[in-house]
Parts: sequence; structure tokens; C-alpha cells
Amino acid sequence: MQNYYQPEIECASQEQIRAWQDERLVKTVRRVYQNVPYYRNLMEKKGVTPDDIQSVDDLHKLPFLTKDDLRDAYPYGLMAAPLHDCVRIQSTSGTTGRRVVAFYTQNDIDLWDECCARAIVAAGGTKDDVVHVCYGYGLFTGGPGLNGGSHKVGSLTLPMSSGNTERQIQFMCDLGSTILCCTPSYAAYLGESIQERGLKDQIKLKAGIFGAEAWSEEMRRDIEEKLGIKAYDIYGLTEISGPGVSFECSEQTGMHINEDHFIAEIIDPITGEVLPEGEKGELVFTSITKEAFPLLRYRTRDICVLTREKCSCGRTFVKMSKPMGRSDDMLIVKGVNVFPSQIETVLLNKGYPANYQIIVSRENNSDRLEVQVEMTPEMFSDALSEVSAREKELIEALKAMLGIYAVVKLVAPKSIARSEGKAVRIIDKRKLYESKGAK
Amino acid sequence: MTVKQISVFLENKPGQLAEFTKLLEKNDIDMRAMSLADAEDFGILRIIVDDSYKTACVLKEAGYVCSITPVLAVEIPDKPGSLVKVLDILGDNDVNLEYTYAFITRRKDLAYMILRVADTEKAADVLSKNGVRIYCQHELSDLFA
Repeated sequence: MQNYYQPEIECASQEQIRAWQDERLVKTVRRVYQNVPYYRNLMEKKGVTPDDIQSVDDLHKLPFLTKDDLRDAYPYGLMAAPLHDCVRIQSTSGTTGRRVVAFYTQNDIDLWDECCARAIVAAGGTKDDVVHVCYGYGLFTGGPGLNGGSHKVGSLTLPMSSGNTERQIQFMCDLGSTILCCTPSYAAYLGESIQERGLKDQIKLKAGIFGAEAWSEEMRRDIEEKLGIKAYDIYGLTEISGPGVSFECSEQTGMHINEDHFIAEIIDPITGEVLPEGEKGELVFTSITKEAFPLLRYRTRDICVLTREKCSCGRTFVKMSKPMGRSDDMLIVKGVNVFPSQIETVLLNKGYPANYQIIVSRENNSDRLEVQVEMTPEMFSDALSEVSAREKELIEALKAMLGIYAVVKLVAPKSIARSEGKAVRIIDKRKLYESKGAK
Repeated sequence: MTVKQISVFLENKPGQLAEFTKLLEKNDIDMRAMSLADAEDFGILRIIVDDSYKTACVLKEAGYVCSITPVLAVEIPDKPGSLVKVLDILGDNDVNLEYTYAFITRRKDLAYMILRVADTEKAADVLSKNGVRIYCQHELSDLFA
């Protein structure tokens, strides 16, 4: 019923996965301590030695690595293998503009390719498939990752790279591409372009593997309908390897993390404390098989939830939710973590514009969360009862999403400032967390 | 059988209504009647004007959220008990009243009610059957001529 690339690993028992993790973690920590002075220094500052790490249970004793560490140690400071063993770099400028360079030995690339192969097979890929890769090639991990994965599966690989939509569609039609790998936004664009040209019946796509940017369930349905495919999510980051750190199965309810290579933790982004399964927090990865660039407890800044609930696909790897936001944007209101992206989702679902403003203040020693939303002609009515009912509905939906009450304030259209680039959406008047985390 | 009412979204803060009426002044729009419903943080202004199409265009251009709603304008004698009669007709016929407001003109003895009901057609039907005069748009304009 299900498609696995390495069933003995992907469906291994929890005990087996744990045994691999224990053994590999201990080894990796020793190697990093020996070969990476930068991290050894962090461990020493924390008073931790490799002997303190005997199993995954001891993971929390290790210091975190952040993007700042990667910048400080740039370019070679976190390399754990000698240069003569390294065969490639990949790089990303990252959303904050800081350059990340990751190194790979041949073995690292093989394992990374296998992770991507698992994702392709989970999406129904076989040796008989034609895998159309239009992620960018080069320094970006998207193209090389899926390309390598497709080779491992034995599919016919089309190394299209990004851009040139005409040519993409031409190849898709002529060569009968069956699996599309690209960013979700490009998939949506391709879907539209194919529809416009009336070529939908000439393409043979059955599945798509989309990642490298945030996308919603609505977008998934849109892409699935436009291209007539099943759309699978894939997650990864250059620091940890690239795409294929986790991937979606046919259940489409989260991404299985390749736990034989990466240990995932969820932490409280403020205190750094490890949170129990099912709680929302910042995702932290420890790579335990990487030779050239093994990062220990790397803070992704992605906010998500992990679950070990049994998956119908048969895989036993822990599942992560789609990232719900970035820890940088997180607000703590009444002790609850609130992300602007959650508010945005509710607004869009309820038909309001995504131009909103969040105002947090303190009244009588209690936090007050106000969400200002612009009125639209669609939401307006001459009857107060109708507008109030819609407002109430929005408050309920926000409460269901956030877990706390938010005051909704309907404001005049275009009254919320539209700044160039990233909108200033949060006004925190409490001044409780000054300097720390403030940007 | 209905007249056009313009409903406008206004934020509940000082100067909003003043700003709004300045816009009407600037565009030489004459207001016949108005009513303001206020919620905690916003209000809905309802007005009857001499030229509703022009007003809607002016408001949209200025960035206001507004809508045009068909409402009933009825005539009643300006004396105690006459409103009761109209409301009883609606109540007896199970027509729910959403909101109402009144205005008078230079004509003595008569007052006018704007009625926003759940079922406009039914309301118009039962009111005229009971001899209540309902104004249509051009009749309303004549009233102010």
C-alpha cells in the first residue's frame, strides 16, 4: 500500500531509531569536540564534556548554535572534517541576508540524496518516473538535493533549474514529466500558465514535491487542482543539509523527520527549555551523521509542533507540522506564544485583508491583545448586528487559534500604514522585554 | 417602493463625522435625514441624500467603506399614536424591524419614518394594504423640492 525508499529505516521501531540516535549522537559530539574549536569553546563555557553525553537524554546539556554562530564562525569555523575530505559547498544568503556556507563530504551528499529519495518515493516516485526539477541549481540546495534524490530512486531526472516557463512546459509535455519539484509559488504559476495555454490534458504530472517557502493548505488545494496532482510538502535548511530533512507522506498531515540523521527538539524560544511532545515552540536540529558540517542543537527559528502519533503511512519517524512562523516574530501575551502568522491565517480565512496591526499593552497588570483590521466593502453592512456578528465570529476564530482572547478593532480602509517591504505589524507597548529580542 | 439609503463605516474617534460632513459640503451634497448607530469602536452612519449615486461615488473615491441599502420611507401624521399604527401593522404581520429613524419637512402635520426591515417586500405590501403611504425615490426628491 505504501511507498518506501528504505523501509527498514523509515518504518523501524522506536527503540531501533533511538538506538541509532544514541550511538550516533555520542560519536558526533566527540568528533565535534575534537575537531571544532568553536563548539568546544561553547561546551567548555557551559561546563559540558563529551563524557556528559551518553544518550539522547543528555542532549539538552549541549549548548545551542544559532545563525549568529554561523556568521561568527564563517567560513570554516564549524567545519568538522579535513578539507581534503570535503567535496562540495552549498550556500544561502538566508532571509536575513547573512551568508551560510555548508560543507559536504561525498558521504554527506550520499546521505542527503537518500533523504531526498525517501521524499520522492513517498510521493509515489519509482524508476519509471520522470522527475522534473525546477528548483534552482548551483549554490541553492533545492536543485542539487532533489536531483540527487531522483538519481538514487533511478527516475529519469530533468535538471531544468528555475525560470524559462515556456521551456519548462514544453519539456513537461514532450517528455511526459510525472513528478514536479519546485517552490510552491512556482508550481502555482506553472499551473496557471498551463491552464492559460490549454495544455492541462497534455501534461502527465501525478505528484509534486514543494518546499523552500511557506505555503498554506489553500495554496495546496489550488496547486493540486490546477495541475491535477497530489502536492507534497518537503522541509529542509542548508545548515542541516538541504531539502529532505523532513518530508510528507500520502497522509499530508505533517512531515516525517529523517530521524536516523537528525534529532529534533522543540524548545521554548525565550527560555531555551525543551518542551514536551505536542507543544508549539522553536524547532532545533542536531545532525548525527554529517561528517563535514555537523551542527549540534541548531536553532532553526521555525516554530512548529512535533507529534509521534501513529501515521497511517507506516513510517515511525516523528512528524513536524508546517512551520507556523518564526521565533523572531513571536509575542508572549498572557503567557501564551502568539505569532503574527497565526493571526494572518485567521484573517484570510474569514475574508479580511492581510493588512493588520497587533497592539499589545498592559492594563491593570494584565496583557491586552488588540488586532486592528481594516474594514472592507465585503465585510460591511448597514446593520450593526451583522457587522457585530462578523466581528464576534472573528474574535471566536482568533481565540480558537491563539488560545487567548483578542480585542478586534475594525478600522477604516487604508488606515494601517503600508510600509515598504516588511510591514510593521506589531506594536508592543508593554516594554517588558526591552533590548532582548528587540530589533 | 423603496428609497436608497447610504450606509457608511466610521471609526469611533473624534472628528470623524466632522470630516465626513465636510466632504459632503465640498461636493454640495444635501442630506435629508441621518442616523448614527454606534458600536464600541466604530459607528455606522446612515443617510438619505438628494443624489445617492453621486454620494456613493464621492465616498468611494475618498476611501470610505459604504453601501447602498433599499429602505422604506413612510408618511405618518405628526401626532401622538400614529407611529404605533405603523409598528402594529408590522408586528401583526410578523415583520421584524432592524432599525428606524424619523425626519420632518417644512410641511406641517406630517412626519416621515425610514424603516429598515427584514423583509422589505412584505412590509411594503402590508403597509400599503393598510393605507400607509410609502414614498419611492422620486417622490422623496419631490418632497424636498
